[in-house]
Amino acid sequence: MNTILTLNKLTKHYGPIKAVQELSFTIEKGNVYGILGPNGSGKSTTLGMVLNVVNKTDGNFHWFDGSDSTHNALKKVGAIIERPNFYPFMTAAQNLQLVCKIKEVDTSKIEEKLELVGLLERKNSKFSTFSLGMKQRLAIASALLNDPEILILDEPTNGLDPQGIHQIREIIKKIASGGTTILLASHLLDEVEKVCSHVVILRQGKKLYSGTVDGMNASHGFFTLKSDNLESLKAALEQHPDFASVKEENGTLVAFLKHPMEASEINRYLFDKGVVLSHLVHRKESLEEQFLQLTKSLN
Amino acid sequence: MKRLLSIELHKLRYNKSAKVISIVYFVLITFIALIASIEFSFGNVNFRVADQGIFNFPYIWHFNTWVAAMLKLFLAIVIVSMMSNEYSYRTLKQNLIDGLSKREFVLSKFITVVGFAFVSTLFVFIVSMVLGLMFSDFNEVSIIFSQMEYLLAYFVKLLGFFSFCLFLGILVKRSAFALGFLLIWFILESIAFGLMKWQFFKDTDIANHISQFFPLQAMSNLIVEPLSRLGAIKTAASQLGEGFAKSYDVSWSAFIIVLAWTFIFSWLSYVILKKRDL
Repeated sequence: MNTILTLNKLTKHYGPIKAVQELSFTIEKGNVYGILGPNGSGKSTTLGMVLNVVNKTDGNFHWFDGSDSTHNALKKVGAIIERPNFYPFMTAAQNLQLVCKIKEVDTSKIEEKLELVGLLERKNSKFSTFSLGMKQRLAIASALLNDPEILILDEPTNGLDPQGIHQIREIIKKIASGGTTILLASHLLDEVEKVCSHVVILRQGKKLYSGTVDGMNASHGFFTLKSDNLESLKAALEQHPDFASVKEENGTLVAFLKHPMEASEINRYLFDKGVVLSHLVHRKESLEEQFLQLTKSLN
Repeated sequence: MKRLLSIELHKLRYNKSAKVISIVYFVLITFIALIASIEFSFGNVNFRVADQGIFNFPYIWHFNTWVAAMLKLFLAIVIVSMMSNEYSYRTLKQNLIDGLSKREFVLSKFITVVGFAFVSTLFVFIVSMVLGLMFSDFNEVSIIFSQMEYLLAYFVKLLGFFSFCLFLGILVKRSAFALGFLLIWFILESIAFGLMKWQFFKDTDIANHISQFFPLQAMSNLIVEPLSRLGAIKTAASQLGEGFAKSYDVSWSAFIIVLAWTFIFSWLSYVILKKRDL
């Protein structure tokens, strides 16, 4: 696998505030990564450092194999951070021409990328006349001009209306399906869950976890069960050695697994014990639940 | 180099206010020619400015560069805002993310400033040449092309001043405040000079020796005022028994001092930008 970005004990202090502390992880080609963390956990600072706009305090990072300077490597990267920044007095096309000059790429892709984000009809409108959703889409078009090795998005749906959020997500999915590596920073967990295969979780500038979304929690999910006779259902579940705990919630039992188990297996076991189920669902924790568990355990 | 200049020109080309001010600036330079048409009469003596020798070679090089230099404030507005806009639009950040290095960023601005100074100089050269050929009493080639060092001094003067503006734009980040800072700086230089001249080093030349190192003072020392050099005024002064013993030559020490400041300002611009978290 090709490594795209390597961070090694990267650290940033703003005076006494430790925004990022000894952060290390690598980004491999072809995956979709999410950086998760509450507001102020150091996501944007981390991206700022690798994107050459924030000076690191300590540690190091390098792009690709590390043989090129950061600013040259960034010509092969597409990135949008926080909100879209363009010259308000220029039209969409003029702004993109400028980006082409900076990235030293041909201007031939401008129309194609504007088409992709649905802004082709507005290419000769001034940037200052755009809505926030359109600005954000223009930013994505701009980041894609060089057909980047990696696309970095920092809170791409921040401040957008539901329709705008949906449009951006569709675009991201389209790009991801084309095999482009994506790094998506967000505090919106369902957003990350929908598109990412790998996550890095930050809290107060420290890394809590990095790896695949599936491997994030060692747990094997849980069953929610219902029966006419809750008492005997509960007793039967507590006898079974594979369950870590059993909880009652609103007339439903939630049983957490210690080992992997199929729904059919528990159904047969309970039937043999004389318990008949009216409801049985095997679920994995959502990213949100896993995230809350992970951050809670360190409190 | 070409890439950096084309990036910067792309930014300026579509900026309406920058374009308008630049055009006004260059039009105003050509309006120096209007001085030629100033006429007034004392009783039955008809006085025409153009006939007083201000457009004589080589004096015209001195006169026109001095007058044109006063207009530099117009371009200062363009330069300060082309820097501070990058902060207010947050495009500086985006430029860096897109793959421009901080060094290239400052360099692209500096190259543009050199370009502005160069085009201004070329403009003054052409305007003076045309005016001179029309009104000068002397048209020998050797006289026309003498004392051309005033043009070089003009170029360096603009370069120094514009680098200062660039530096203030980066330091202060807002155009109005940066221009205010320029004014404050000018006042500070004057106060410092005044204090030295009339308080600390009374009746000596020390104040002048020190103040020649101040950036704005050095820029103004580059081209000394040409008016008292004018024939008519000289005659009037000597009639009043008041002789001028003054050097009107381009001051080469000022030349070096301004170039040093140009370097310091551009270098400091880079250092500030490098240290800043954006």
